[in-house]
Amino acid sequence: MIEIDKISKRYGQTTVIDAVSLAIPRGGVVGIVGPNGAGKSTLLSIMSRLTKTDAGRVSIDGLDVTKAPGRELARRLSVMRQENHVAARLTVQDLVAFGRFPHNRGRPTREDTEQVATAISFVGLEAMADRFLDQLSGGQRQRAFVAMTLAQDADYALFDEPLNNLDIHHAVSMMRLFRRMGDQPGKTVVIVLHDLNVAAAYADRIIVMQDGRMVGDGPPANVINRRLLSEVFRVEGDVIDIDGRRVVSVAR
Amino acid sequence: MPPDRARAIRRVTMIVTLLAVLSALAFMTVGVRGSWGFVLAHRGIRLAALVTVAYAIALSTVLFQTLTGNRILTPAVMGFDALFILLQTALVTTLGATATGALDPRLLFAAECLVMVGLSGLLFRLLFRGEGGNLPLVVLSGLLFGALFRSLSSFLQRIMDPNDFLVLQGRAFASFNVVDPTLIGVAALLALAATAIVLPRLSALDVLVLGRDRATGLGIDTTQLSATIFALVAVLVSASTTLVGPTTFFGLLVANLAYLMVPSARHADVLPVAIGLAVVTLVGGQMLLERVLGFGTALSIVIDFVGGVVFLFILFRTGRR
Ligand SMILES: Nc1ncnc2c1ncn2[C@@H]1O[C@H](COP(=O)(O)OP(=O)(O)OP(=O)(O)O)[C@@H](O)[C@H]1O
Ligand SMILES: [Mg+2]
Repeated sequence: MIEIDKISKRYGQTTVIDAVSLAIPRGGVVGIVGPNGAGKSTLLSIMSRLTKTDAGRVSIDGLDVTKAPGRELARRLSVMRQENHVAARLTVQDLVAFGRFPHNRGRPTREDTEQVATAISFVGLEAMADRFLDQLSGGQRQRAFVAMTLAQDADYALFDEPLNNLDIHHAVSMMRLFRRMGDQPGKTVVIVLHDLNVAAAYADRIIVMQDGRMVGDGPPANVINRRLLSEVFRVEGDVIDIDGRRVVSVAR
Repeated sequence: MPPDRARAIRRVTMIVTLLAVLSALAFMTVGVRGSWGFVLAHRGIRLAALVTVAYAIALSTVLFQTLTGNRILTPAVMGFDALFILLQTALVTTLGATATGALDPRLLFAAECLVMVGLSGLLFRLLFRGEGGNLPLVVLSGLLFGALFRSLSSFLQRIMDPNDFLVLQGRAFASFNVVDPTLIGVAALLALAATAIVLPRLSALDVLVLGRDRATGLGIDTTQLSATIFALVAVLVSASTTLVGPTTFFGLLVANLAYLMVPSARHADVLPVAIGLAVVTLVGGQMLLERVLGFGTALSIVIDFVGGVVFLFILFRTGRR
C-alpha cells in the first residue's frame, strides 16, 4: 500500500501540492488525470522520493520513503518520469539492463538477462536492442524507458505520461501491457494520462488533480462526467456510454 | 553486450595498454648516455611521477565528468589545481618559509589535501546547486574561479618575502619537466587508495550517467555517492598538482579521447583506456619531445594547445545541440 499523508509542496509562494492525502492499495491500475500544471508529476516524484515535500509523509508498505534504504525502495517502487533524456550514449539493451540494478547491483545473472530480454520484447523493441538511444524515434525511445521501468519488476510501477509520442497501435498495446501487469497478484500500476478515454478504458480507479488538490477519486464511471470536463478541463462536451465504458466527446 | 562490441572494447584496451608500456620502456631507454645505473634511477623517479600523474588526472577527470553529467568540465578547467597552488602559496605566506620548511612535507601535503576536499566541496555545492545546473553558467564561473585563484596566487607571490618565495618555488612550480620527487610515494599511495574506494562503486557510477533522479529511483544514495567521489577527486587533483603543477586541458583531452574510442558507457571499460591514454600522452609525449625532437619544455604547451582545441570543439558542438 502506498500511503500519502497530507503532503504539501511549495515553490516560492506558489503551492503546487496542497495537503493531498491518498491511499493506493496493492493491485490494479490507477490513472491520474488533470490539466497541465495540476501537480501530477510533482505528486509522482514525491511518491518516488525524487522531490522533497514541505509537509506530510509518504510510505510504501509502511516504509517512509525519505528514510528507508534506497535499494529496499527501488525493489518495491519504480518510476518513469515525464522527460526522457540521457546524456550518455547507451543502447536500448544497456538502458533496460539498468532496470535490474536494484536486484543485482551491476552484476547481471542469467535471470537478469532474461528479464531484460522479456521487457524489451514487451515493448516490441527486440529488433532494436543494440541500437543507440539517439538512433531511435521519439516513440521508440519512450518505449525503451518504459521497458527499463518494467525490468525493475517493482511491486508499484509509476509512469508519468508513458503514452507520449506513441502511435495508436503502440499506445493500445502499452495500455494492455499495463492492464496485464495490474492484474498480476500484488502488482500495482499508477499512470499519469492525458487521454480521458484511455484512462476510462483501462484504469480501475481514476484520481483527478487540479491546482495541487485532489478533486476526484473513484472508478471511471463515477469520475468521468460532464462536470469533470467543464469544471476541471474547461471544455464543453459529452460523455456517453458505449458497452458500459465512458467515452468522452469534446464539442468543437 | 553483443560480442563484436565486447571484442572492440577488448581490442582498444589492449592496444592502449601496449602503447603505454612501450612509451614507458622508450622513456627509460631511449638516448641513454653514460652510466645506465644513474640514468635509470633518475628516469625511474620521473617515470613514476608521470605515471602517477597520468593515473590521477585520468581517473579524477572521468569521475568528475560523471558526477557533473557533462564532458566539458574537468577539475582543471574548473580551477581546482589553481586552488591547490593558491593554498600552498597562502600557507607559505602565512606561516613563513622557516616554519613551512621545518614541517614534514608529507604532513603539510595531508593538511593541504584535507583543505582541498573542504574547499572544492564548497565550490561544487556553489556551482552545481539545484538540479542539473545551468551548464554555460557553470563553465563560465569555473573559468572565472580558475582565473581568480591564479591571480590571487601570483598576487601573493609578488608581495611575499623573497626567502618565502624561494621555498614556495621548490614546492609549487613543478612541471612535467621538473617533478617534485619528495611526494611521489604519498601521491601514488593516495591514487591507489582512491582506486580501492572507487572500484566497488563503479557500477553505481555507471547508473549515475542516467542522471541523479533515475539513479535515485534505482536505489542509489546519490548524495552520499557524489560526496565520496567528489572528495576523491579533490585528493587526486592535489596529488597530481603537487607532483607536476597545473595541467589545464590534459584531463579533458584524454577523457574525451577515451569516450570516443570505447564503444561503451561503463566505467570499467572507459577508465582503463583513459588512464592508458594519459600515460601514452604524458610519458610518450615527454619522451618524443625531449629525446627525439629535442624540445625540452614543450609538452605542456602542446597538450594545452590540442586540449584547448578539443575543449572549444566540444563546447561548440554542445552549444549547437
Ligand atoms: N522546479 C520548479 N520550480 C517552480 N515551479 C515548479 C517546478 N516544478 C514544477 N513547478 C510548477 O508546479 C506546478 C505543477 O507541476 P507538475 O509538473 O506537477 O504539473 P503536471 O500536472 O505534471 O503538468 P503536465 O500535465 O503539464 O505534465 C506547475 O504549475 C509548475 O509550473
Ligand atoms: Mg507532468
